[in-house]
Amino acid sequence: MADNFQQLKEQVLQARDSGQKLNIVGGGTKAFMGRESDPDAGTLSVAEHTGIVDYHPVELVLTVRAGTPLSEIEATLAEQGQCLHFEPPHFGTASTIGGTLACNLSGPGRPWAGSVRDQVLGIRLLNGKGEHLRFGGQVMKNVAGYDVSRLQAGALGTLGVITEISLKVMPKPAASLTLVQDMGMDEVIHYMNRRAAESKPITAACWVDGKAYLRLSGAKSGVEATAEKWSGEVMEQGDRFWQQVQDIQHEFFAGNDVPLWRFSVGSTAATPALEGNWFIDWAGSQRWFRAAGELSDLEPAARAAGGQVSLFRGGDRTGEVMHHQPEALKGIQRRIKNAFDPDSIFNPGRLYSWL
Amino acid sequence: MTTKPKVSKAELAEQFRTFIDPEYVITDDETMKPYECDGMSMYCEMPLLVVLPETVEQVQRVMRICNENAVPVVARGAGTGLSAGAMPNKEGVVLSLAKFNRIVEIDPLARTARLQPGVRNLAISEEAAQYGLYYGPDPSSQIACTIGGNVAENSGGVHCLKYGLTVHNILSVEMVTAEGDVVMVGSDGLDSCGMDLLALMTGSEGLLGVVTEVKVKLLPKPEVARVVMAGFDDVQKGGDAVGGIIAHGIIPGGLEMMDGHAIVAADDFAQAGYPRDARALLLCEVDGTEEEVHEHIAEAEEVFRKLGATSVRTSQSEEERALLWKGRKSAFPAVGRISPDYYCMDGTIPRREIANVLTEMEKMSEEFGLRVANVFHAGDGNLHPLILFDANVPGEFERTEAFGARILEMCVEVGGCITGEHGVGVEKIRQMAVQFNDEELQQFHDVKAAFDPAGILNPGKGVPALRFCQEYRSLEHKQHTHDHTVAAHG
Repeated sequence: MADNFQQLKEQVLQARDSGQKLNIVGGGTKAFMGRESDPDAGTLSVAEHTGIVDYHPVELVLTVRAGTPLSEIEATLAEQGQCLHFEPPHFGTASTIGGTLACNLSGPGRPWAGSVRDQVLGIRLLNGKGEHLRFGGQVMKNVAGYDVSRLQAGALGTLGVITEISLKVMPKPAASLTLVQDMGMDEVIHYMNRRAAESKPITAACWVDGKAYLRLSGAKSGVEATAEKWSGEVMEQGDRFWQQVQDIQHEFFAGNDVPLWRFSVGSTAATPALEGNWFIDWAGSQRWFRAAGELSDLEPAARAAGGQVSLFRGGDRTGEVMHHQPEALKGIQRRIKNAFDPDSIFNPGRLYSWL
Repeated sequence: MTTKPKVSKAELAEQFRTFIDPEYVITDDETMKPYECDGMSMYCEMPLLVVLPETVEQVQRVMRICNENAVPVVARGAGTGLSAGAMPNKEGVVLSLAKFNRIVEIDPLARTARLQPGVRNLAISEEAAQYGLYYGPDPSSQIACTIGGNVAENSGGVHCLKYGLTVHNILSVEMVTAEGDVVMVGSDGLDSCGMDLLALMTGSEGLLGVVTEVKVKLLPKPEVARVVMAGFDDVQKGGDAVGGIIAHGIIPGGLEMMDGHAIVAADDFAQAGYPRDARALLLCEVDGTEEEVHEHIAEAEEVFRKLGATSVRTSQSEEERALLWKGRKSAFPAVGRISPDYYCMDGTIPRREIANVLTEMEKMSEEFGLRVANVFHAGDGNLHPLILFDANVPGEFERTEAFGARILEMCVEVGGCITGEHGVGVEKIRQMAVQFNDEELQQFHDVKAAFDPAGILNPGKGVPALRFCQEYRSLEHKQHTHDHTVAAHG
């Protein structure tokens, strides 16, 4: 546990004076995400800025320095029977909460439990002028000022250095079980959405390799009663399966030779007729796709499905890896970037070539 | 900041009338009068004119003309806001979205609804009910307030702790920018590439764009909901019970608290059978499957008893549940009956501070010589103190405002914020300087400029001009020192 803020601030101010660019790095486990880092940029490490600043289990609120590893946070919460409801993926033990927010990464429970973006209540941010700013707060409801905290989710560190995060945490569900059954990809979309429309304690729904998996969690009685009513076999070691899905460690994701694409689309959209393998998660809203290809070739399929596509891992990262933005939104995002980081110090070109 | 408009009222009206039904370009004082304020009627201003466009293209043209001519634009839904966020600008246009009142599509399988911004909040759930679905956020004004306004304010309601705020329940918005472009922010997916502009738009109080369509998520209606009512003879015990239930691992669908004044007023009005001698009352609603609710209700009753509840009653039927809620839901008008006027405040505090803040508020109530009743969303620490006053007594509203300002500052002092769901608008703009420093406020101004370079959207709301902030902070500091001295001498 250490407060490394002064050093971070000095490094930002120095970079500003010298015209240097900085790549922000936490645990360094997500270097594969986004476009390739600028090789000429220096490294700003948040890994030493760690520790739980404030935690009141009764408030369901945790405030933590951004470099704190997820594993440390989860261990602390577990002592109080609580958890990070958005089930962040771990890419090794070093993954930090700051990186998780910057990349907006959430696990299989996301349609029900919300994402990291949904659970963020407030942040402290070191902007490109070296100002340390506080946005949001430590309470569930706060509508004073613009929601700069959630703006960071998915911005890949292009707006500043997140130094501290306040998050909503939740009680761990008392019971949990997984139902599995054989099902074709053509019928599973309808099936998962039908299940999600029922008032039952469903907390995850995915499909891979001809099998549909549903997770039920909550009060023991409710979980068991639902499992009896619904079809499917109770899966042994269901928790282990979902942990693999959460950490993008399921065998579907193995190997780096074939690019891994992520489609974020309408939950009921037909799966695009593209040549390659699919893993359907989030009851249809997140679809992983493995195939060689070009972003521009996949974009029409994503658009037709009501959403967007990005290159998650592997492939060519010198071009764009994120779904292309219309001109008006490009303009707004360029100006927002300029508002936070006028000298373009942070993570240049990591999100888009034009940012 | 906006510069002086480059066009006269008559010229502007004439331009609008070339593409908007002339009947919907309102320029006479009598017809414009209803637009002079929103739900915060203490703050009034007559606009230059009011337009009610009927198509997105008309909205675009209005924005382009206003942008070119530096004319302020105040977008308006139902006008139920409680922070004067929709108060007109005297040199500007009120852009009413009242004609955009169509539910475009409900997709029961995807559990989404596409809505024009003028659709009423309650109408969404009413329309979705045929599919066993509903829309989560349920602000108290839901019978009248519109989804466009909900996006602007990031509205909450009774069920936020479990089901989230507007920001958690929308997928995308179509909006017209200050420069007149139509853009889609968000998608049918749960997240989109790039910066999260949807989060930025939500709660931006009409300062960043004009929303012309919203896609919301719908939730399956819970199988069962039951409510446990617990009375306490002490505010501290009531406050502790709020934390107790959550620490136990139950996330109630709604968790509301009333203080002694509110209990009596609400019970007189609704005859809900509240324990009238209680100092604090909790309404704890548990929803979900039959089995889950059964399990959690039993646990909740036990937690409340253990934490010193003097009475515990659980709804045995839908009628009884509705009756117990009726008191809470009619608490505002009920308090209205015991006072000529009331001023509804809105701040959020950490739950552990509930008892402390209520006790402090009682003391302030004596200092200011004004009664205060408390009805609030205890589950998420969102206070709604109702300050009772009489506008006909000279100086009483000013005293009420000062009392309200002190309550908001206390919220910030204990780690909370100046607004949980009503927004800043005009009403709380001075207190922004208490919650944020100049650098933070400047960052907000810079964000605004990224969307609205000419500064035409709802100018003067939400974020204060920095030059006023230092003044307010030092004034407040003096005031507190003064209060302190008085108290010490008293």
